[in-house]
Parts: sequence; structure tokens; C-alpha cells
Amino acid sequence: MTNREHMSGHDDRQALWLTLGIGVLAGVVGYSVFQATGRNHVAHRPEDDAPARSTRRGGPARAVTGRTVTIAKPRAELYAFWRDAANLPRFMSSVGSATTTGDVTQWQLKGPAGMPLTLETRIIEHRDGELLVWRSTPDSQIEAAGRVTFRDAPAGRGTEVEAQIAYVPPLGEAGRLVAKLFQSDPSIQGRRELKRFKMLMETGEIATSRNQKS
Amino acid sequence: MRALTWHGKHDVRVDTHPDPEIINPRDAIIEVTSTAICGSDLHLYDGVIPGLLSGDILGHEFMGRVVEVGPKSTLKKGQRVVVPFTISCGQCFFCQKQQFSACDNSNPAEKQDMTETLYGHAVGGLFGYSHLTGGYPGGQAEYVRVPYSDVGPIIIPDGLDDDQVLFLSDILPTGWMGAANCDIEPGDTVAVWGCGPVGLFAIQSALLMGAGKVIAIDEYPNRLALARRLGAEVIDFKRTHVLEALMEMSGGLGPDAVIDAVGMESHGFAPDTVMDNIKQTIGMGADSAHALREAILAVRKGGRVSIPGVYGGFLDKFPLGAMMEKGLQIRTGQTHVQKYHEELLRRIGEGEIDTTFLISHRLPLEDAARGYKNFRYNQNEWTKVILKPGTEVTA
Repeated sequence: MTNREHMSGHDDRQALWLTLGIGVLAGVVGYSVFQATGRNHVAHRPEDDAPARSTRRGGPARAVTGRTVTIAKPRAELYAFWRDAANLPRFMSSVGSATTTGDVTQWQLKGPAGMPLTLETRIIEHRDGELLVWRSTPDSQIEAAGRVTFRDAPAGRGTEVEAQIAYVPPLGEAGRLVAKLFQSDPSIQGRRELKRFKMLMETGEIATSRNQKS
Repeated sequence: MRALTWHGKHDVRVDTHPDPEIINPRDAIIEVTSTAICGSDLHLYDGVIPGLLSGDILGHEFMGRVVEVGPKSTLKKGQRVVVPFTISCGQCFFCQKQQFSACDNSNPAEKQDMTETLYGHAVGGLFGYSHLTGGYPGGQAEYVRVPYSDVGPIIIPDGLDDDQVLFLSDILPTGWMGAANCDIEPGDTVAVWGCGPVGLFAIQSALLMGAGKVIAIDEYPNRLALARRLGAEVIDFKRTHVLEALMEMSGGLGPDAVIDAVGMESHGFAPDTVMDNIKQTIGMGADSAHALREAILAVRKGGRVSIPGVYGGFLDKFPLGAMMEKGLQIRTGQTHVQKYHEELLRRIGEGEIDTTFLISHRLPLEDAARGYKNFRYNQNEWTKVILKPGTEVTA
């Protein structure tokens, strides 16, 4: 009997300390959260000047991706190079070949794990030295649209090239995850290919740390 | 070809690799005649820099003879060149501003993601210094493929030995930029933490730039003796309280500028070092920075802090308050080697800078693993190791 009373008294004290401890911890966390978020509350945030793709509320299903690089070359030269689709496989490692007939270009793409994919696009808007907009044709295996803009960079730094791609991932969200896993997701590929474009235009070659040709 | 290869922490070996080939039009292939082990190679040896893979060839201080050139290279076969450890295209925004180590194009696109996430921006390419900086095979090898060979390598005139010019690849310009970042005014007092090769070159450079007094801090008698020979006053941090001594030796003002030539594996028994080392050991990505913390406390109000020492991750207990309240200026970075090349080559040629006094050992490349081990664990006697490819190991 004595033993059990003693034990239960011990348990009570332990529970009391535990409750107190959790209470204090919750208080500290709650106060910190209040400090960080509760003060100077802003009810409505008007639009800012950042591109829409950098918004915090993009959500996981967002399939619009884009990136800007500054290239130390004149706008006209960069535009002319990009406008000729035959040049693009030189810096787009995911593109096997690109053949143009009139306004329509056929792209042989290397999909996840080398899976071949065909993209067929049509130029729907263009302004010399400034803008190229394309969209996939109804016959295309992939549904996608893209927009490349060329702007003069400030202080004689060359040209700001911005590339945006919106796409419907084949096989939906699962397809997008597979693409990410194989690093062939357009957001990863696009970023790298824009950097390779910059390398090729500025230095005449594409950097590699390989030591052998094959 | 034979090359010193990283296999894991404290495991480097000389292995056989395929010879490098010309890949890009501006490439050249260099047959290495001299290469050195750098203090920063010890960070790789100790496994505290992320992004190394087993089989990577190390080494970023090297020179040699041109044996093959791409169609756009301006080098000629047979020329002797020293190759900067920083790989720079010469044409991007950063190279144009002479911030060569920040080159935007030399780190291959598929390797840039790592540092873009870790540092906010992708860093430039370096030879033999992990895949964060491009994964380029390094110079502790018989042959090296050198990209952008039309802007990087500096041609060495006849009459200068390998030993005299090899350090143009890294440690001499690194020590020089460490001193230049101090904006030294005539008569200034400059304190230098670490009397390894970079610290020793920083001491020499600071005196050439007009410092009135240079105070060198280390614990190894041999290294302190080298510093003293260059004209520095020395402090042994194992016998002397550094902060107190620096105040007394600078008239109670504190040094005008301080140089951290130690970097992320600072040692010496202090509570912060112990905590840093525990975190480093269990892989929490923390750098050890006792020397830097001490330098920030030691420097005078409104003084300059220069950090040529290498750091790679995050730092706890950084004395940010001291930095702000004392109004300090901090300058750091991987060296913009190509910016200082010509001037330093001229000063070597005119006998103004001594580059050979710190060389303690010359080994065949085949013996490189022994060089690493001793440079790491016998720092008092092994101050600088030069490796010679193609020479025989003698028992």
C-alpha cells in the first residue's frame, strides 16, 4: 500500500512537471510566432514588380517556369542566333534535332531516361530583336508554349534574355515528378540551357570538365 | 597518365587515368613539370569541403609545357606556362571587371545547381577542387586539360626556374590579394593569422605595400622563424595571449588591418574551436573559425578585415556585433589570379619577391600521398611540398 501511494504521488508530480514544461514551451513558441507574424499585420498586398512566377502562392502544380540571364553581347546578334532553330541543339542538351518547315519546327527531345519525345511548335508572335512566342501544334506529343524576350541590359552590360515555358506534363503530376527525378524537368533543363546559351555566345564554347571526347 | 586521386577522407593515392584530350577550341594540354600541395588541399584531404567524388584528381597549383593546342588557343607547343587555379573565360561581366574567380561561364551548367542552392549564386570553376567548382580534373597529374588557354596561363620567360614562378598559380597572388584587400596606408600595423604559405606571402606583400609593422601569429617555431626572416614580429599563440599582445604591440590602438590566412580548420584550444570541431565532425556543415573571430575582436575600430582563408559552409557565434559597432570593413574571396599575374611576374624577375624560401620538400608525384600526410601532420617542418611528375621515388 505504502509503496503504491508513493508511486502514484511520484507519477502525479511527474505529470505536473511535464504539463508545466509543455505549457512553458508552447508559450515560448506561441510568443515567437506572434512576434514574427502577429505584429504590423497587412490585410491586403497590392501587386509588386516581380515576375508572376516568383510569387509565393504558386502551388505545387505550377508548370510555368522561367529564367533571366544577362549576356554580354548585342541584342540583334543573340536574337538572330536563337531565331534559327537549327542552332538550338548546339546548347540545348535535351534537344536531339530541330527541323523547320515554314513556321513549324519539329523537335526530337530526349525525355526522362533517354525516352524519345516529339514536340511540334509554331511561332505565333515575333518582333525582330525583341520577342519570340511559340506554341505546340495540335499534332504535338507534348503540350507547351514558350516566350523568349531580349532587352538591352543597363550600363552597357549587353542583353537580358528571359525565357519562359508553360507546359502540360505528359502523364500529369506523376510525369512531372519522373521528369524532375531524371533532371529533365523543364525548370531544371531550361535554367541549364539558358546558361549554355550564354556560354556559347560569350565564349564561343560550352564549359565542360570532361577530359575525354567520348 | 599518373595522377593523385581522392578516394575518401585521408585516402589519396596516385592512380592511372586516361590522358586528357582537347575538347573545346580554346583548350590546351599542359605537360606538368611542377605542381604543389596547397593548404586548401588539406580541407579536401580532411573531407570538410562537400562535393568531392571518389576518383577525382586533385591539385590546383601547377605549371608545365604546352604539348597540344585547340584551334582557338593562342599558346604554342613547347611554351612554358603557369596556370591560374581559377578558370576564367575572360569575356563575361565578372572577367571584364577583373573579378576573375567569379567567372560566370567556367562552371559547367549541370554543376552550377549545387552552389546556386548553397551560396545563392553559382561560383566559378577551379581546378581539382570538388564538383561545387566544376569538377575539373586537377594539376597533381602528368597532364592537364586547360580551358580558355588564350586568357588564363601566363608565359614564363627563359631564365626563371619552376620553383621561382610556380606559386604564381595560387598562393603568391592569394597572399598579395590578402594584403591588397587591407588597403594598407603607409606605416599601418597589419596582423596576420597563420604562417603557412599564404600567410607568409601576405606578410611579404603587406611590407611591400608600405605597412610599418606586420605581426604574424602561429604556433610552429619553424613557420614563425620564416615570418621573422621576412621582417615580421611574431606571436606564438600557445605561449601568449594574442588579443592582449596585439593591443600592446600596436600602442593600445589595435592593428589597422587583420588577415585571416587560416580558414575553416582553425585550431588551438578554445571553447569555440571545440564546439566548431564537434559540429564539423558530425557533419553539421559548420566551419571552424577561431582565428577569424579573434581577428575581428583584435582589429582597431574602423579597421579592415581581409579573409584569404578558405571557408565553405556556415559559421556559428560570428561576432557580428563587434563588426558593426566597430565599423569594420570585410573583404574576401577566391583570388582573381589573372589580375595580379603580370605585376607579380615582374617583381619576381626583379628579385623583389622571394618565392623559394618556404619550399621544404620536393617529392616525385608518385610519392604525393606521403606529401599530403606530412603536410597535414608535421606542419612545423613541412611548410611547402612541390611534386615532380616523371621523377623516380628514391627509398
